[in-house]
Amino acid sequence: MSNATLKELSLKLATGACSSVELTHEYLNKINRLNNDLGCFITVDGERSLAQAQAADAQRSAGRAGPLTGIPLAHKDIFCTQGWLTTCGSRMLANFVAPYDAHVVERCSAAGMVTLGKTNMDEFAMGSSNETSYFGPVRNPWHRETVPGGSSGGSAAAVAARLAPAATGTDTGGSIRQPAALTGICGLKPTYGVVSRYGMIAFASSLDQAGPMARTAEDLGLLLNVMAGFDARDSTSLDRPTEDYLRDLPRSVAGLRIGLPQEFLAAGLAPDVQRAVDAAVAEYRKLGATVVDISLPNMGLSVPVYYVLAPAEASSNLSRFDGVRYGHRAAEYTDLLDMYKRTRAEGFGAEVKRRILIGTYVLSHGYYDAYYIRAQKLRRLIAQDFAAAFQKCDVIMGPTSPTTAFRLGEKSADPVQMYLSDIYTIAVNLAGLPGMSIPCGFDGGGLPVGLQIIGNYFDEARMLNVAHQYQLATDWHLKMPPGIE
Amino acid sequence: MKWEVVIGLETHAQLSTVSKIFSGAPTAFGAAPNTQACGVDIALPGVLPVLNTGAVERAIRFGLAVGAKINSPSIFARKNYFYPDLPKGYQISQYELPIVEGGTLTVQVGDAERTVRLTRAHLEEDAGKSLHEDFHGQTGIDLNRAGTPLLEIVSEPDMRSAEEAVAYAKALHTLVRWIDVCDGNMQEGSFRCDANVSVRPQGSATLGTRREIKNLNSFRFLQQAIEYEVQWQIGEIEDGRAIQQATVLFDPDSGETRMMRTKEDAHDYRYFPDPDLLPLEVTAERLAAVRAAMPVLPQARREKFAAQYGLTVYDAGLLTASRELADYFDAAAVGADARTGKLCANWISGALSARLNEEGIDIAQSRVGASQLRGMVDRIADGTISGKMAKDVFDAMWAGGGDADQIIAAKGLKQISDSGELEKIVDQVLAENAQQMADFRAGKEKAFNSLVGQVMKVTRGKANPQQVNDILRRKLAG
Repeated sequence: MSNATLKELSLKLATGACSSVELTHEYLNKINRLNNDLGCFITVDGERSLAQAQAADAQRSAGRAGPLTGIPLAHKDIFCTQGWLTTCGSRMLANFVAPYDAHVVERCSAAGMVTLGKTNMDEFAMGSSNETSYFGPVRNPWHRETVPGGSSGGSAAAVAARLAPAATGTDTGGSIRQPAALTGICGLKPTYGVVSRYGMIAFASSLDQAGPMARTAEDLGLLLNVMAGFDARDSTSLDRPTEDYLRDLPRSVAGLRIGLPQEFLAAGLAPDVQRAVDAAVAEYRKLGATVVDISLPNMGLSVPVYYVLAPAEASSNLSRFDGVRYGHRAAEYTDLLDMYKRTRAEGFGAEVKRRILIGTYVLSHGYYDAYYIRAQKLRRLIAQDFAAAFQKCDVIMGPTSPTTAFRLGEKSADPVQMYLSDIYTIAVNLAGLPGMSIPCGFDGGGLPVGLQIIGNYFDEARMLNVAHQYQLATDWHLKMPPGIE
Repeated sequence: MKWEVVIGLETHAQLSTVSKIFSGAPTAFGAAPNTQACGVDIALPGVLPVLNTGAVERAIRFGLAVGAKINSPSIFARKNYFYPDLPKGYQISQYELPIVEGGTLTVQVGDAERTVRLTRAHLEEDAGKSLHEDFHGQTGIDLNRAGTPLLEIVSEPDMRSAEEAVAYAKALHTLVRWIDVCDGNMQEGSFRCDANVSVRPQGSATLGTRREIKNLNSFRFLQQAIEYEVQWQIGEIEDGRAIQQATVLFDPDSGETRMMRTKEDAHDYRYFPDPDLLPLEVTAERLAAVRAAMPVLPQARREKFAAQYGLTVYDAGLLTASRELADYFDAAAVGADARTGKLCANWISGALSARLNEEGIDIAQSRVGASQLRGMVDRIADGTISGKMAKDVFDAMWAGGGDADQIIAAKGLKQISDSGELEKIVDQVLAENAQQMADFRAGKEKAFNSLVGQVMKVTRGKANPQQVNDILRRKLAG
């Protein structure tokens, strides 16, 4: 049953084939068996989950069930969940029990979904391999010696290993799409502002966006229908009419214009990844789509631009973790300054410190114009590149990540190599566009490859349609990691 | 050498919104520590700021009142520094693009008017409070004040004396209350000033090095602090020492300023636009709506009072110390001629204000209403009572004795204005005081007053003094 999709689970619950409590038990048992190996979850609280499942079953008996009522899901540990430990993968918040629910959590709970637990992640979402987590790495279910990607590595691996039918993630520079690609699942980062950031612990506010992670495009749509929507508590949340992201699923892709950016064929792209992506594009041609060559001339600047802007915002966002009101505080200190220093030295890991230092530097007097202001200008140019491209095509396609899953420890000593694993995803965040990753094949070692689909602003429904039609024609998304029954 | 003093003021006016600038928590003063701080105010992980439109409206109102430009968009920025009472590790403020830019304020210094230019006014949040007492070597943090909306109003260095600086601060204090953007309560910290003070040789075109005196929360302290600081700076320079740019604190007990930090220890605040808040747009419609709801401003009311009743700048200034006072005067003087209007003004600035001060109450709580006051003034104007009698009438009204006419009738205070009767009394007094009459005619003006006094004594103060004067003069001249 744990191999079922959200869609299938929804049907089973509706027909009474199983209860939410049974379903929740099954997933909890599986987590219990596999989590020690995989490290997907930081916190599991069976009692709480089962209580929610009972409530969901009661709701169903009372005739008040929605499509997702009673279905369990996992939340990335970046979302505040009332009464649950919410660590953000950091020692700094290792003892922090959130006193409120994030908007995303609120929406999922209101839809009757059951929280299975809080998933592991790179510390404060800073990382592309899940190795920066204070709670240890997550292992890729396809190959235990490789990383699941990051920062939503726990969510991705949990969905891939069937420890949860779906999970929430967040994506600042690729943190939903890249781990989805590396673990062979689907992940969608919506247009900036579609999902409220309220209650989601901020990394880089102007880039952070929450989104669904699941095994099919249809499941992403089901979950996005719950997660999306205006929230007055987030000033960057967009007040738009509610939409049904599933509405375009059946639409044909005949006539779809797929843009292929020449810049995506950069050096460093693994041949196996390129082959799989080419094959996916060929499949779309078979389905009636046409292909146009496009250019995103400033894409090469996206990594350096991102590594100015994201650390700048992060350095300020993470200032609140000072040991004064909550979270970690050094046990011993001589005065206030010493308390700050020791608390933050102990509470943050190396990657977080590196980014705070970079961010503080680029915002400093005398450097601000040369780095921050210039990066903002380039950010606008990158967005303009996409605007020009979308004059010629409906969606843009390419690899999600230049390589498949790499070995644990392989890149952790070389931050720049690590940063380059997001080379294809970062520009999308800088432009605020929606982007997604779906499985499109495997490399020679049996590791999954992700196809990235980038849409124009608010084109999520179209992107899901495009992905869904592919999944009707192919079965990459149905492949299961070895040893996961 | 002659020294010229140059002063600019930065004033923090707490905006009178019910809730905070970026959260829904209340702003009421005096609650138990940390009972008025919500998740946003204490900066829990994941919370986000949402701008209070009431604070924006008040900032616009201020901008319009000083004839400033209202910027659209204006930008909220983060000012980054660590302090335990600053929960986010940054203060949300406006830096490069404030909502209010430019403008002027007309200030009364004695009986003259001066115009002070404003640089800008921007919206920002207040920090919490650190409590160093009662915690046995530890520091308590009260975050009730964190997130309270402030308008920081920055003047150009246009003031040339402590007196002018105080006049500016008072005019600003009047204005922010007048337009209902700030309650002006200085004890509670709702209105506080930082003064940038420098001195330079008279005639010099370049500014001297300034020192900033922080957090002056009374006009008296503002005056004392600047006066001390100016003398200190002149002393330093005359002794051959250069002034170092610094931030100083005023100690009211010693009356001295003392150094807090120099420019070298100044923070690099790493300002950058707050990505959690969109640029603040003020539409033409919104601007028009705020403009339409603006009250007539103190300056316009002063000009009207001066033109209509011939009041001096000083008198008109007293009557426009608050909108309530100006309204009271308008109600009292309604339809009055210049003389009656002036009498109303004098009584309000004089006896009535004295009474209000004595009892520590506002004009709104005055026990003599505007129409009551006017009733009394009308009886002075038509000669029914003298100014001296009016004092008794006023006291009786204050004590709840009814309207002026009732009190005049009840106390038999009507003055003798019958010229025939007064002539007889004057003749009688002159007959009985031949010596004084002779003295007066010999040039002793004092003797005249004594004769007036005699008439008043005989009439037990009820004689119309003007008439007594006239009759006496005529008879003595005859």
